[in-house]
Amino acid sequence: MRIAVASGKGGAGKTTIATSLAVIAAERGLTTTFLDCDVEEPNGHLFLHPALCQKQVVNVPVPQLDEKTCRDHGVCGRCGQACHFSAIVCLGDVVVVNPDLCHGCGACILACPANALKEVPHRTGVVESGQAGALRFAQGLLDVGQAMASPVIRRVKEWGAQEVPAGLTIVDAPPGTACPTVEAVRGSDFVLLVVEATPFGLHDAALAADTLEALGVRAAAVLNRVDRFVEAGRGITEFGGAILRGTMPVLARIPADRQVAEAYARGQMPIGVVPRFRQAMERLLTRLLEVARREAA
Amino acid sequence: MKELVVISGKGGTGKTSLVGSFAALAGSAVLADCDVDASDLPIILDPQVRERSDFLQGHHARVSADTCVGCGVCQSVCRFDAIRGDGPANTFSKRTFRVDPLACEGCGACQQVCPRNAIALEPVLAGQWFISATRFGFMVHARLGPGGQNSGKLVSQVRRKAHDLARTQSAGFLLVDGSPGIGCPVIASVAGADLVLMVTEPTPSGAHDLQRVVALVRHFKVPAMVCVNRWDLNPAQAAHIEAIAFEAGIVAAGRVRVDDVFDRAQRQKLTVVEMASTDVGRDIRRVWINIRARLDGLAQEKPS
Repeated sequence: MRIAVASGKGGAGKTTIATSLAVIAAERGLTTTFLDCDVEEPNGHLFLHPALCQKQVVNVPVPQLDEKTCRDHGVCGRCGQACHFSAIVCLGDVVVVNPDLCHGCGACILACPANALKEVPHRTGVVESGQAGALRFAQGLLDVGQAMASPVIRRVKEWGAQEVPAGLTIVDAPPGTACPTVEAVRGSDFVLLVVEATPFGLHDAALAADTLEALGVRAAAVLNRVDRFVEAGRGITEFGGAILRGTMPVLARIPADRQVAEAYARGQMPIGVVPRFRQAMERLLTRLLEVARREAA
Repeated sequence: MKELVVISGKGGTGKTSLVGSFAALAGSAVLADCDVDASDLPIILDPQVRERSDFLQGHHARVSADTCVGCGVCQSVCRFDAIRGDGPANTFSKRTFRVDPLACEGCGACQQVCPRNAIALEPVLAGQWFISATRFGFMVHARLGPGGQNSGKLVSQVRRKAHDLARTQSAGFLLVDGSPGIGCPVIASVAGADLVLMVTEPTPSGAHDLQRVVALVRHFKVPAMVCVNRWDLNPAQAAHIEAIAFEAGIVAAGRVRVDDVFDRAQRQKLTVVEMASTDVGRDIRRVWINIRARLDGLAQEKPS
């Protein structure tokens, strides 16, 4: 079973909740894998302290031009016409390749009648993997300056799919609703949407809920950092859209807790030092697995 | 006009609340909300939309279910796993192929190879962007469609429009609310800015993510400052973060303390500095004064 932990807004508590659930699941004897797919800013490792023993470079195949062959065939310019990402531009008899814009789709290679283009690897990031206690662990790291997170995310997911045990995989997804979030969530059996119970958080969660619906993935919400205002039921209807339309069950309401924030700020897992938070996470995992198994069945 | 772009690396550090406050303090500003898939600035600025435009960008492939003969060549060339063999039956084949629009990157490889010309590339409505009036000046903002691609291009569009507006309005400042992370929307929002403010928090995640944005602004050679929000949550970590930034030649613009006035302001749809006089309000004013001074200094350094 693969469960992605997502959020609309950044800083909603996604990593705290994802790492907590993974650790508790492993304690319960489930074979558990943690995949950090927030490859722009992966933070799970800061709390899980994995021993990383494998490192795989992530490459996107980008075209390389054999100028002589190209010229011999009259610089037809079809590669430039085929590229929808401006990664190959043909101006007169000059062909320029910009690997940073290339999606690695191969359309230019298919278009070239002269076989003047071949694909060479262009590095965009790494996948690091290993073991964090009882957890299997992998994280993607997008290289700084690279724009496209999706290929790195795909490789983290591929690592997680190897030797699939009959266990649980927790995916820490990037915040938002754009392509990296979609790539991280795609293929999951269920999504836990972490909702920061503030106007910003509720608004962004409603957008994320729309995206999950478009993807056709089943999801449930956890309301995080709930204070008296939200407890009184105000705010949610105004800002929370889909969640309160009843299309998404709310599995738990986690109160705002300065002790949790301080533990996090010290780099400690809050489940290790704040007993009431551990209890909340224990209950959340039980409910989440119940609901996810029911939905998957 | 001076352009300040506010980013954070890690999400949820208070970026948008600070941008809103700067707008209130700036006097004459144009705003750009470049966090296009989680656009929150409008929540506190109550924008009156004046202009609305569709953002057509990129393509999705579509297989004609009548023409497809089910050969699957399209699937064999697709690098994005976007072509599924579960389309409806037709007179040629029991199974046709179809495109999953959320996986399709619109590269057109499938269209090139289809022997029946059964695949068309259709332009995608990737989102909308708006020009709105707010109580602090005009704001350009956008909404990316669910699962939208090309968020970087939408960011560039928003920024370009905001630049035009700032020029025609003779605004003193262009204030840009960026998105978390270091990927394409962030790159599109920082490139060529006068100054980047990195807002972070005193946590291991805040420190870790800040190092990656520091590397990013150095990569693109953009001047930057750092602001530790909620610094009193962990003063030692706050100092550590400022030291990391300082080593990279990035000075601190100031610190902002923890206060639930951030949440209360959101609920009242106000910026933090519009709330009754608070210590946090004074922290933010101090940060803004330091930013203005730095922008003035940079303007003098720049050969004109």
